[in-house]
Amino acid sequence: MNQETNKLQPSSAQPTQYHTHISAKKRLFQLNLGEVWRYRDLIVLFTRRSFVLTYKQTVLGPAWIFLTPIITSLIYTFVFGGIAGISTDGVPTLLFYLTSNAVWNFFSSCVTQNAATFTANANVFGKVYFPRLTIPISNMLASVIQFFVQMILVAILLGYYSITGAVSPNWWGLLLIPVILLQLGVLGLGVGIIISSLTTKYRDLAILVTFGVQLWMYATPIVYPLSQLSDGLMRTILTVNPVTAPVELFRWALLGEGTILPLALILSAVLTVVVALVGVMIFNRVEKTFMDTV
Amino acid sequence: MSNPVENREVAVRLSGIKKMYKLGQIGGGTLQKDLQSWWARVRGKEDPNSIIGSEERLSGETFLALRGIDLTVYKGEALGIIGGNGAGKSTLLKLLCRVTAPTEGEIDIYGRISSMLEVGTGFHAEMTGRENVYMNGAILGMTKAEIDAKMEQIIEFSEVREFIDTPVKRYSSGMYVKLAFAVAAHLDSEILIMDEVLAVGDMAFQQKCLNRMRDAATKEGRTVLYVSHNMNTIRQLCDRCVVLDKGRIIFEGDVEEGIEHYMGTKMISESCVELTTMKRERDFALHPITMNKIWTNEGQRVIMPVGETLRLSLSFTGDRPFDDVYLRIIIKSADGTPITMCTTESGFSVDTCEKVMEMELDTTRLAPGKYTLSPVIYQVGELGNHVNLDVLRDVFSFEVTAKPGFNNNMVWLSRFWGHHYTAPLRFKLL
Repeated sequence: MNQETNKLQPSSAQPTQYHTHISAKKRLFQLNLGEVWRYRDLIVLFTRRSFVLTYKQTVLGPAWIFLTPIITSLIYTFVFGGIAGISTDGVPTLLFYLTSNAVWNFFSSCVTQNAATFTANANVFGKVYFPRLTIPISNMLASVIQFFVQMILVAILLGYYSITGAVSPNWWGLLLIPVILLQLGVLGLGVGIIISSLTTKYRDLAILVTFGVQLWMYATPIVYPLSQLSDGLMRTILTVNPVTAPVELFRWALLGEGTILPLALILSAVLTVVVALVGVMIFNRVEKTFMDTV
Repeated sequence: MSNPVENREVAVRLSGIKKMYKLGQIGGGTLQKDLQSWWARVRGKEDPNSIIGSEERLSGETFLALRGIDLTVYKGEALGIIGGNGAGKSTLLKLLCRVTAPTEGEIDIYGRISSMLEVGTGFHAEMTGRENVYMNGAILGMTKAEIDAKMEQIIEFSEVREFIDTPVKRYSSGMYVKLAFAVAAHLDSEILIMDEVLAVGDMAFQQKCLNRMRDAATKEGRTVLYVSHNMNTIRQLCDRCVVLDKGRIIFEGDVEEGIEHYMGTKMISESCVELTTMKRERDFALHPITMNKIWTNEGQRVIMPVGETLRLSLSFTGDRPFDDVYLRIIIKSADGTPITMCTTESGFSVDTCEKVMEMELDTTRLAPGKYTLSPVIYQVGELGNHVNLDVLRDVFSFEVTAKPGFNNNMVWLSRFWGHHYTAPLRFKLL
């Protein structure tokens, strides 16, 4: 709602002079990416901090990055693969769940961590100015790093199974992974900052978010492949869900099994752009004055 | 301050700044209103819930913390901002630090701003001192390379070198603050904003910080905006001051005048105070003797350099004649602490017609500061008890100011040294 501009102006006294203009005028889209870039060291520090702090005073330390997905995947293998007997389209169950888990974890941590951006950092935000966008960006970076660490596990299993011939990845499709990550990251970031912006005023959302993300996971083909669903309401919901298509594409590339729906991919891309734009718009509005309402 | 006003560079300019806050609970019932306002804005109509533009401070459910501030701060000056609680000082600083945005008006800031609204922002207990320096520095806008370059200076200034690689949760609060201030003090920003940060740390460190800020303004040409309730530090640091009251600037200019303005003009009374009609306290409502007037011939307001004697005149009348009465004058500091008392050694007589007494009050040992006088006329009873005949509290006030050379040109810190100074230490080097 407020407009701020940072520009470098030449001045006689100093080689460069910073000029900040703050006014009560509104502008919907303004990211000030230049300013965010100047604070890149802060982004690195925030990203590093989120790792360092998570594993401080733990016995196993960073090993937890590996242990958490392994345990989760084992539980999934046991519950969904073993007890429920859900098919994984011939992919070895542990590999299937590990892969799905990695990509979902990436998306969901983008959402949940960013959903708390404003409320969790209120005390810092209230005392000093720095581009607020640094926090969501560093959260996203932390999620990316975590994702790649998990992918090490996936790669090991994948290497083993492709030698035994249990899976046949679409090697060229692997090139799509950065694109998929970018899309899911932007989507997660968008959803996260929309929630965090609204949470500054309406706290109800903070309560809903954990619950909602869990529900979202089941509405996404994570613990089951999309091919297991016949046409019907569930399949329609899943197709509309913007996370479905990237996840299926991801598994198609990595595991060689997956349903590619071109229409769903386009829809997902469009939704991502819309969510990102709305997110930026709301974020811009909220970041200037949220301290008054949080 | 040496340059004439017209060719000084502007560091910060505020024009027509207003800041509105909503009163009461925010959220909950406001979603409907929010949507209503939003819809109105989308259609380009006037916001039905807006009352911006009104000059009222308190109107319905909103509160104007700042009601139109126009202020220009020049490069290289140290500006003090004073005002009572709720005057809008902190809101003003928050706007300048871009923690929140104004509801109306424009702010232009020429230069990078670093704020010390609270030292140690972003300090994390689990991280070591060094890690926190990086974190804090980056939050305040430094790059890693800049912090690396200044790390040695920061550690040196902070006086916590041996603990720098210990998690700050093991620090004492003083160490914590010192480290945090050290980071803030070594920023390269052109404008420094401080809110009472000097209230922490031991005295030597406070002095060090003040000197550092002073240098930042005078030697490095940086601009300092300082908010404090401690008038001593304002005096020491600032060369101009602004007094805020109820969201408006009520005074702008010289520091001493500003402080006086803030403390209220009553703090230093006129050179002549009418006492006859002044309300006595309930216990002394019946006073057989009436003090009529107290005055001095030393100018408009009584401000005198340290080491001088205060010459006063007092006039009084009795309901009936009294013999053998005494006068006692209690000296209190401005905050109400009794400092000392002096009394007449011999009795005098009071008559039904007005009498004037000239006196010399020994104020030569009073430290710089503001003082009030409470005169009491009394009689000593047979058993050594005293009978008060007229009692007045804090009716006359004056100020003692430091003069060049006094206390080796340091500001008198009454918080630590009291209000009374003893004769200079006599010494001989052997």
